[in-house]
Amino acid sequence: MIYVRDNKKYSTDPDRLRCKLFGYATKTVGDKILSNVKVGTGIIPSIKKKSMFSVILRTVIKSKTAFAGLIIILLLILSAIFANVIAPPVFDDRLGDYLPSWSRQDLNNRFQQPNMEFWFGTDNFGRDIFARVIHGSRISLQVGAIAVSISAAIGVMLGAISGFYGGRCDNVLMRILDMALAIPNILLAIAIAAALGPGLINVMIAVGIGGIPGYARIVRGSVMSVKEQEFVEAAKSSGATDATLIFRHILPNCMSPVIVTMTMGLGSAILAAAGLAFIGLGVSPPSPEWGAMLSDGRRFMREFLPMVVFPGGAIALVVLGFNMFGDGLRDALDPRLNQR
Amino acid sequence: MTESNNMLEIKGLTIHYVTDDGVVRAVNDLNIAIGRGESIGLVGETGAGKTTTALGILKLVPNPPGKIIDGEIFLDGEDIIKKSEPEMRKIRGNKVSMIFQDPMTSLNPVMTVRDQIAEVILLHEKMPAAKALEKAEEMLMKVGIMPDRAKDYPHQFSGGMRQRVVIAIALACSPELLIADEPTTALDVTIQAQVLELMKNLKEEFNTSMIMITHDLGIVAEICDKVAVMYAGSVVEYADKLELFKNPKHPYTIGLFNSIPDIGNDVESLKPIKGLMPDPMNLPTGCPFHPRCDKAKPECSEKIPAGYDIGNNHIVKCILFNQ
Repeated sequence: MIYVRDNKKYSTDPDRLRCKLFGYATKTVGDKILSNVKVGTGIIPSIKKKSMFSVILRTVIKSKTAFAGLIIILLLILSAIFANVIAPPVFDDRLGDYLPSWSRQDLNNRFQQPNMEFWFGTDNFGRDIFARVIHGSRISLQVGAIAVSISAAIGVMLGAISGFYGGRCDNVLMRILDMALAIPNILLAIAIAAALGPGLINVMIAVGIGGIPGYARIVRGSVMSVKEQEFVEAAKSSGATDATLIFRHILPNCMSPVIVTMTMGLGSAILAAAGLAFIGLGVSPPSPEWGAMLSDGRRFMREFLPMVVFPGGAIALVVLGFNMFGDGLRDALDPRLNQR
Repeated sequence: MTESNNMLEIKGLTIHYVTDDGVVRAVNDLNIAIGRGESIGLVGETGAGKTTTALGILKLVPNPPGKIIDGEIFLDGEDIIKKSEPEMRKIRGNKVSMIFQDPMTSLNPVMTVRDQIAEVILLHEKMPAAKALEKAEEMLMKVGIMPDRAKDYPHQFSGGMRQRVVIAIALACSPELLIADEPTTALDVTIQAQVLELMKNLKEEFNTSMIMITHDLGIVAEICDKVAVMYAGSVVEYADKLELFKNPKHPYTIGLFNSIPDIGNDVESLKPIKGLMPDPMNLPTGCPFHPRCDKAKPECSEKIPAGYDIGNNHIVKCILFNQ
């Protein structure tokens, strides 16, 4: 049976129907309307409710740059996950064993220009640059994700406490963070990395700490505006504790700027980590860190470009990807630019 | 009346907001008593201190700038002014809960309605989360929302349905006292009627006392047993509903009734009360209503009148009734 309401036809398929209200049942033969009966408990179709996630995804995909960014990020993630499939270990004749493709040296094949066997050529130790770039994505993604998590976790906590309690606590926390904010991010990271010494974990900590004040400021502002809203007072009036208020009611409503900042922050964290590795404060040399590769290649830049172009290009592409995706995400999450 | 008969008894409550520009005297020497299962209407103009009174009962007056200067609030015979914050948290939502004016803003936009109801239950009752969710769905059914909408977010509901959800949250722990702060102001008339009907039924089912804050005398006539008329932070007249509607005494109450169009009486123009509500930062001396009162006497500006009982538990705070 087909119901007609507001000149639209709806089937009585139960999946599409939800509430029973009034409606019109129309009986037709061909184009001719035989009867148009108002039925007391007619049926209107369930309103297709779009989840926020699908709305955001659609907005992001609609924007070309954001979509390109998303593709780059997906490629990065795939190459990190499947690094051993894309660049599998190579059998070494001399040792009679498999060696990781990114560290296997072949001094007979140094400085090879890109060819069918070595897509990105080989470096000064005869290592496959393509394998190194692919495996480098693991380090970059790891450093980026963990550094951003460190700064977001601590920054969000500090911002939430400072914004929620206000007063003296807010003043003290914010002044301390202002001091940290006065030092340029990369400089702070260099100082911390120099103090902690080289190594993957230390790089993550160094880059992560540098990002804390930014998150704290953003979250503090959002918390201050959200905590004035009526639903927070309503929650208070139903006996919610401060922790419930902050974690269940206020923070989830402050997340969209944090998500955008985290996306953009991933790009800059990767860049900062590469920068630290480039000046020798980051991941130690044999690992295929893009910044370290760039640093190694610098010496041969005039004669042999591939050692510089490919890791450098990888850094640039990934940072670009995160920034484009972050931009798109911001547009999608910003209610003022709401054109859905 | 003894204390045990009264669910809530407020004596001499005074709440001030201390701001840079001066002291806002929002509530002054307010006295109300509410029996078990009784509902009282708190009527008054905007700024008469109705909402501040309600927040005062929950001890949620924003501090600073608000401060409870004086008075006692007995809930079940216990003075809650003396209670600590953790003790108050156990009372809020459990013994006393509140329905806010605007259902559009009083629900958390990023939590499903079922989770929001379950949260209140979990805050006050020890039970596994799954059981709380079940109870939340039960509450939704009670307020007339089918459980298949339970996992929806507030923005997917209409205003009337959201207010139903708010009511479900307020009643989830079967509170003994429900404070409804203009619960129907933001709704259109047909929905208002539905929501009021629902509140009335649920109030009876849960045997809850209720404070209905409103400026709509029609709602009072519909739902309340007693009425307290507030003016400039204090109750100027307090009586049973029928008594007050038939026999209003205080000049302000009479003025209020004269400001409502009456379909039975064809009058050319309404008789509004002349003047404006006084600035709560600068209340007139004596009776706060005297500058607007037709029957004002010279002594009205000299001292604040006490509440005079004129029989039938009808209390009027006006010097005219001082026998």
